Amino acid sequence: MSEQQISREGQVRRALSALRRDPLALTGTLVLAVLVVVGVGGSWLAPSGINEVDVDVMLQPPSWAHPFGTDELGRDVLSRVMVAARVSLQVGLVSVGIALVVGVTLGLFAGYYRGWLDNVLMRCMDVLFAFPVLLLAVAIVAVLGPGLTTAMVAIGVVYTPIFARVTRAGVLSVREQVFVRAAVSVGASDLRIMRRHVLPNIAAPLIVQTSLSLAFAILSEAALSFLGLGVQPPDPAWGRMLFDGRGFVTEAWWLGFFPGAAIFVTVLAFNLVGDALRDVLDPRQLTVSEARRSTA
Amino acid sequence: MSERQRADHQLNAAVPADGAHAAVPKQRDPGEVVAELDDLAVWFPTPAGVVRAVDGVSLRVRRGETLGLVGESGSGKSTAGLALLRLVDPTSGTVRVAGEDVTRWSRRRLRALRRRVAMVFQDPQASLDPRLTIGASIAEPLIVHRLTDGGAARRRRVDELLDMVGLRGELADRHPHELSGGQRQRVGIARALAGEPDLIVLDEPIASLDLSVQAQIMNLLRRLQRDLGLTYLFIAHDLAAVEHMSDRMAVMYLGRIVETGTPAQIWRDPAHPYTAALLSAVPVADPQAERDRRRIILSGDIPSPVDPPGGCRFRTRCPQARPECAETDPVLAEVDPDHRAACLFAGEAVRAMRSR
Repeated sequence: MSEQQISREGQVRRALSALRRDPLALTGTLVLAVLVVVGVGGSWLAPSGINEVDVDVMLQPPSWAHPFGTDELGRDVLSRVMVAARVSLQVGLVSVGIALVVGVTLGLFAGYYRGWLDNVLMRCMDVLFAFPVLLLAVAIVAVLGPGLTTAMVAIGVVYTPIFARVTRAGVLSVREQVFVRAAVSVGASDLRIMRRHVLPNIAAPLIVQTSLSLAFAILSEAALSFLGLGVQPPDPAWGRMLFDGRGFVTEAWWLGFFPGAAIFVTVLAFNLVGDALRDVLDPRQLTVSEARRSTA
Repeated sequence: MSERQRADHQLNAAVPADGAHAAVPKQRDPGEVVAELDDLAVWFPTPAGVVRAVDGVSLRVRRGETLGLVGESGSGKSTAGLALLRLVDPTSGTVRVAGEDVTRWSRRRLRALRRRVAMVFQDPQASLDPRLTIGASIAEPLIVHRLTDGGAARRRRVDELLDMVGLRGELADRHPHELSGGQRQRVGIARALAGEPDLIVLDEPIASLDLSVQAQIMNLLRRLQRDLGLTYLFIAHDLAAVEHMSDRMAVMYLGRIVETGTPAQIWRDPAHPYTAALLSAVPVADPQAERDRRRIILSGDIPSPVDPPGGCRFRTRCPQARPECAETDPVLAEVDPDHRAACLFAGEAVRAMRSR
């Protein structure tokens, strides 16, 4: 059994058992699970096609036939919200994935080696950070042209500095710890120390940042599609649907309400799960039953 | 510095003859120097000025022996220990390990050096990665230096190391926070043993432990030394512990070694006023002797290593300081065979202090 497996197994088991005990976290997890199922299988699960225009049922309020109502073209809002879940999840995961990988790598090297490298990298991050999030995303989309891929890249770039900063701050405190010096003293290489000692010890803030960023990335995507810079019609996206529904706020509230609710619930679920994970992933915090077991 | 260098050479020339000395029967191969510092200086730039943590220290550690290094905090004893692993960069002087000059070695080469010289840290809690299991911490040297083939062999070796330090094998899957302080320090020792080092630097290994546990750890260290023929540099501020553990000892003050000798010589007959003051602070178990014990209270704090006093560095706190002490920086000079002190009035000053 490798050294990693030994420590990981306990963490995973503990994470699962703690999630089961925390009702909020459990709710968040279940919502995310439903979201993933809908995101993956949306087009099969949806009661009707997303672009099935039916002029007989235009702007109908929620009913048994159309639980979320219909839009101005008679399309089923529930089906469109379900299919749009995939876009939101995809944008969230890919863009945060980009930000996480790039930001953590930059922050790790900047914080570990300090000096000129730190200065150059972090000043670049400061420049990116100085732009308002949406303005920067709009600028990037303007350069690369609208569409799903550019939206993901743009949001990824926008959130990279946050990950770089969170990582660097963590590295700066961890690298001064005696256990890092101990690792140097047994001959561990810089890369090994960063991977085996520094990263795991800053995992908690990174996990929290990831869950928060997933939420914000989904919001950013909604904002970009609201502005018409994300997914192009007629493909559905929550932000785009919100935009399309804004003209009908008074007569057909359901056009904006359900995509908005979907955004809200998704963002909330990511935050709940993120908070729970932060509490669980710190092995210094023992649960009562574990404390009893270790002293027995 | 040339004067002090010459003095150090004399020190080195005088000591290796000890094979013949009945006082040090433990040494199997007294001639072999495992590691040495030669006129080492380690200065750290700080906003307040350049801190001269170590400022001209020479010492040699020979195979199978324990060299005790004592001094109060700020004396530079830990920095000297770190220099042996090149965990700090020397400002000047030489660090030699197994005869090789490692002073200018690259980071890559240093990684190999760190298999030969291992370190046990003062705070076992802080020196173990809280995220890693005990087994993973102990296995790190094995992985880094590719000492075992595959996970099963590594696991066996970790079990063996745990057994050597008196811990049960199942602790390998625990995290540091699940262990007691004494157990954690045993883990630190097991990690130091993993690479079968030529020298183990023990940096205050018992200072942060409970009194009852201190004795256990000291006994463990002695047993391991006897069974495995280990070589120790034992760094401590506790004179009694150093005396108990060491074959030879060196007393540091403000970045310099002020006295060296066998524990018996230094204990019975300290030649440097600073050593005498340190010794007078050690309680004695015999009530009669304890009543007679005359404490030498030093005035003031240890001076700033940014701006050490000119002449003898101890003169600002020395009860026997004389005008000459401000003029001359004393070098280590022989008082008895194998016993040296850096004091212009070595012996004499101590006698004067004690008779007061």
